[in-house]
Amino acid sequence: MRGPWPARTATYFVLTLLSVTMLFPFFWMLMSSLKDATQIFQVRLFPSKPTFDNYLYIFFSKSSRFPQWFLNSVIVGVSTTVSVLVFDSLIGYSLAKFRFPGKRVIFVLIISTLMIPTEMLVIPWYAMSRALKWVNTFWGIMYPGMISAFGVFLMRQFMMAVPDDLIDAARVDGKGELMIFFTVVYPLVTSAVAILAIFNFIGNWNAFLWPLIVVAKPGMFTLPVGLANFSGEAGSDWHYIMTGATVSMLPLIVVFLIFQKQIIRGIAMTGLKG
Amino acid sequence: MTLAARRTATAYAFLALPLVFFISVRFGPMLYMMAMSLTDWGLLRKVLRFVGFSNYATIFADPVFLKSLSNTATYAIFGTPAVIVISLCLALLLDNVHGKGRSLFRLIYVLPYITPLVAVAWVWRWMFETPPLGIVNALLVGIGLPAREFLNSPTQALPSILTVNVWVDLGYCTTVFLAGIQTIPRGIIEAARIDGASARQILRRIVLPLLLPVTLFLTVIEGIQFLRIFTQVYNMSYQASGGPLNSTKSAALYIYQKAFTDFNMGVAASASLVLFVIILGVTLIQVRLFDRKLEY
Repeated sequence: MRGPWPARTATYFVLTLLSVTMLFPFFWMLMSSLKDATQIFQVRLFPSKPTFDNYLYIFFSKSSRFPQWFLNSVIVGVSTTVSVLVFDSLIGYSLAKFRFPGKRVIFVLIISTLMIPTEMLVIPWYAMSRALKWVNTFWGIMYPGMISAFGVFLMRQFMMAVPDDLIDAARVDGKGELMIFFTVVYPLVTSAVAILAIFNFIGNWNAFLWPLIVVAKPGMFTLPVGLANFSGEAGSDWHYIMTGATVSMLPLIVVFLIFQKQIIRGIAMTGLKG
Repeated sequence: MTLAARRTATAYAFLALPLVFFISVRFGPMLYMMAMSLTDWGLLRKVLRFVGFSNYATIFADPVFLKSLSNTATYAIFGTPAVIVISLCLALLLDNVHGKGRSLFRLIYVLPYITPLVAVAWVWRWMFETPPLGIVNALLVGIGLPAREFLNSPTQALPSILTVNVWVDLGYCTTVFLAGIQTIPRGIIEAARIDGASARQILRRIVLPLLLPVTLFLTVIEGIQFLRIFTQVYNMSYQASGGPLNSTKSAALYIYQKAFTDFNMGVAASASLVLFVIILGVTLIQVRLFDRKLEY
């Protein structure tokens, strides 16, 4: 970096100090998860006798439902992401590359749903789920998120950059529209697809309000709902709570480290949320 | 069939299911909600009665609802500027760091943003514990300051939750700001420097004005974010109550409790419409304000 050394040092000092603030809670969570029921009450940075018993408890004890919740979250996260990818790219493609009456209205209609906050919709969603017997089911958790308006916007932007000539050439070759979509268009927008997939997975993995409402059976909880419930009942078993928190973060940290470039790019590009 | 007609048919075929989705899972429920706010809708009730605006009268006469509104306002009014200002400063600092250092810092700052809010909330709850358990209090006592009640105190609980939320969103805003800074053509800044502009002048006259659109975007997003605050409050207040003494209860939590603890759906529906109008109004005002500034 440029500039005189005092400014440089000050910059690094501030940035490092803040990094410590950002990282410390994660460090403390991890350390707390390695302490047993007695050590947890001693405020010491590192456990005097680190133990993996908490993890064994969370993963293998009969009374722990974490493995089930983990599996539920994976099912919900993967299914909704696949659905969003298929539908959003199809919608984005239609809106970017086809000319038909009502196109603009449909686009505005879809984008305007971004303005409706989830808090407003959960109550009617719940009424709907009760009427259709979707309460306590995977479908009940997933159906409101099967298509993402934000993803439509993203995919449309990227699809517009696909050259029309390429699509027309494929049409001249006699390929069907779906075939063209999957073999010609899709490969050209993989970076957008990756960003959408990652953010949708993260969003669904972290979702709390709706799964909290639609699921009452502990066996059907997703990880965040399970963790909230478990922690609320665990009282002073902070070593278990912190282990549960660590476990619920683990897959995301892995996703984050693998796809950090796409994640940073995705945030920078559009400011992704919801 | 003509070519154009066939294309139209294809597009509608692709769009049919999604349109059904958006109508039945977004617009339909919203209209349903508006209608239901005028009834005595309850989960345990068989017959619906039209009650006019009496649900609205009920919530505005409910001190808890008013408290939750003022809490929500406090979250937004203090939280939004805090996130924006701090992340802007951070982005400006990060802009001076090059290469690996920048990506590493940015990576660290974004970490809280992508981790599950529920887990983050419980980690902070653990850190805010009363002495001798909580690490934050241990630190305070360690440097000679008095211990604090944090989440157990009616005056400190809301600021504590607010701080955690700022901590969560900081990396996101920093990343967006940094991307915004990088779109500013270096030539403009170099030219100003050659003309003898000081670093401060460059910042005030060039960088900040050019960052206005990004700032608007982030202010709107963060404003909405704070107005909708739920998960943090639910997980960080004792028994998910929004306590102590409703001091942290947000409008979203009030709606949740009315609907799913009291099963008073009609009241919850009207409260959620009030929240919706507030979010919409605040967003529009922000866009207006910034638009005026963008014009010159």
